[in-house]
Amino acid sequence: MTALLEIEKLEVTFGRTAAVRGASLAVAPGETHCLVGESGCGKSVTALSVMNLLVRNARRRAERLAFQGEDLLKLSDSGMARLRGNAMAMIFQEPMTSLNPAYTVGSQMTEVLRRHKRASQRAATDRAADLLARVGITAPGMRLGQFPHQLSGGLRQRVMIAMALMCDPQLLIADEPTTALDVTVQAQILRLLAGLQRDLGLGLLLITHDLGIVARVATRVSVMYAGEVVESAPTAELFANPRHPYTQGLLRCVPVPGKIRRDQPLGAIPGTVPRVGPDFEGCAFRERCDFADETCKHAIPRHHASTAHDFLCRLPA
Amino acid sequence: MLRFFIRRLIVALLVAATVMTLAFVMTRLSGDLAISIAGPNATQADIDAVRKAYGLDRPLLTQFFDWVGRASLGDLGESFFFKRRVSELIGERMPVTLTLGLTGLVIALVVSLPLGILAAVRENTAFDRLVQVVALLGQAMPSFWLGLLLMIIFGLQLGWLPISGTESWQSYIMPGVVLAFSAIPALTRLTRAGMIQAMASDYIRTARAKGLSRASILLKHALRNAAIPVVAIAAVQLGFMLGGSIVIEQVFALHGVGFLAWESIAKNDFPVVQAVVLVLAVIYVGLTMLADLLNAVLDPRLRGA
Repeated sequence: MTALLEIEKLEVTFGRTAAVRGASLAVAPGETHCLVGESGCGKSVTALSVMNLLVRNARRRAERLAFQGEDLLKLSDSGMARLRGNAMAMIFQEPMTSLNPAYTVGSQMTEVLRRHKRASQRAATDRAADLLARVGITAPGMRLGQFPHQLSGGLRQRVMIAMALMCDPQLLIADEPTTALDVTVQAQILRLLAGLQRDLGLGLLLITHDLGIVARVATRVSVMYAGEVVESAPTAELFANPRHPYTQGLLRCVPVPGKIRRDQPLGAIPGTVPRVGPDFEGCAFRERCDFADETCKHAIPRHHASTAHDFLCRLPA
Repeated sequence: MLRFFIRRLIVALLVAATVMTLAFVMTRLSGDLAISIAGPNATQADIDAVRKAYGLDRPLLTQFFDWVGRASLGDLGESFFFKRRVSELIGERMPVTLTLGLTGLVIALVVSLPLGILAAVRENTAFDRLVQVVALLGQAMPSFWLGLLLMIIFGLQLGWLPISGTESWQSYIMPGVVLAFSAIPALTRLTRAGMIQAMASDYIRTARAKGLSRASILLKHALRNAAIPVVAIAAVQLGFMLGGSIVIEQVFALHGVGFLAWESIAKNDFPVVQAVVLVLAVIYVGLTMLADLLNAVLDPRLRGA
C-alpha cells in the first residue's frame, strides 16, 4: 500500500539554526503515527513543513515530500491551498487563540466547505452542525451562532477538530492538541481523536511529548531529537525494545503502574536539546548520553533492529 | 449592550459639562469682555452700559448657570457682531465644515487603508520603508503650508482646481486633501501595525491551514481584527478634522464653523466662541461614542462589557 504522506530527508533552517535535519517518516492511510520528543526537537516544524505553513524566514528542503503520491515541493501556493483544509487538515496546540475572535463558530466552519467543495451556505451549515454533534458538542445549532470567546478551551479544540473534518480529509495533523487543556479535558479530546481516526479511517500524524498518549493510540512512533528522527518503530516494539539511548531515557521518565517502585526515583534526562547549525556532524545527543564516546562525533549510521524498526546510533543492532 | 451604551452616555455627559465650564472660564480669562466689546474709544459710561446690556455685571456663577441652562435647552444666545442667533449662525456654517471633514476622512481612509495593508504585507521591504517615510513627512508638514503649496501648483499653475470658496464640489478637493494629510500618517501606521500583528496570530495560521484564498485571509480574517483600533482612531480623527479645520477654512476661505470661530475670536464675540467650542466638543464626544459602538460591532468580545 502506498503511503499517504511521505517525508524523506526533510531539512528546515531558520538562518543559522537547523530546526529539522534530514528527518524521514511516512504515514500510511488509516494509521496513527506519533511524533515524540522534547520541546524544540523539530516536531512542530516538521508538521508545518508538510502543510507549507512555515514562517517566512524558514527554508524548507527535502528529497521527497509527497501526499497521496503528489509532490508537494513542486506544488504552487494555490495548489497547496487547494489541499489544505481539504484532503489534509491540521489542528494546533493553542485552542484559545486559533479561532478568529471576530467571526462566529458557524461562519468559520462553513467557509472551509464553501471554499473547497463549493457547497451552499445551507448545506455547509448542516454539515457543521452534524460535525459539532459528532465531536460531542451538545446544542450544536446554538454553538454555531456563538463567538470563540464564549467557548471554553476544550470546546474550542472540539470546534477546531470539527472544522478540520469539514471536507473529509485523508490526513489529519494534530500538533500537541491537548497540551493547553486541563487533564480531564485532555483525556476526552484524545479519546475523541482516537475514535474519529478509527471510524473515519483517517491517517493521523499526532505530535505529542506524552508517551502515555502514544502507548494508547499510536500504530507507529517516531522519536525526534534535535531535528533528526533518531528512532522509528511500531508502538509495541518501541516500548518493548527501545534501541536509541534517547528513547530509553524518555521511557524511563514515564511512570508505569505496577512497574515502578516507591523507592526508585523516576528517570530524568539531564540537560536540554542543543541548538545546532546546518553543518553539525555526529550525534546531537552525545552530550547527554551515558554511552557516548569519540565515534559519536562523526557521521552516525542508521541501524535496523528489524524491517520496521530503525534507529540512529553507533551502538550496534 | 444597553448597559455598555448607557455607561458611555454618562461619560459623554460629564465630558460635555467639563467642556462647558472650560469654554466659559476661558472666554472670561481673555480680559474684561465689556471693555473689548465697547471698543477702544468708549467712555466709562459706554462700558458700564455694555456690561449691563449683556448681563456681565451679574456674579460669574449666575452668568455661568444662566448660560448652561439656556445652552442645555438649545439656546446659545445672540452674537454681538452679527446681531443674530448663534444657533442660526452655526447651523448655516455647519454643512461646509461637515462636508470638508467627511471629504478629508474619506480621502484619508482611501489612502491609508491600502497603504497600511500593503506595507504590512511587504513588511521590511523598500516599499514598507517608503510608506513609513512618507507618513513621517505627512505628520511633520504644517497644514497651512501644504495648503498654500497645493494652491500654487493645482490652483494657479495648472489651473485645475478652484483656490477658494465653496461654489462647487471641486472646491472641497484641495482642502480635503490637506485635512486628510493630518490623519493619513496615524491611520496608515495603525493599519500597518494592526495587520502585522493580525497576520502573525494563530487564527491567521488556522485560516491558512484551511486553505483559504489570500484575499480572504488578508481582507476577511486579518483586516477585520486590524480595523478595530483604526475605526476608533478614524472617528476621533474626524473630530480633530472638524475642530482643526479652523486653519484650513482660513487658508481656502471656506465659510464654515472654523471660519466663524476665527472671526468671533478676533472680534471678541464671546457667545459665538463659547457656542462653537461647545458644539464642536459635543460632536467630538458623539464621535468618540460612535467609535465605541463601532468597536462593539466589530469586536464581539466587547459586547458583553
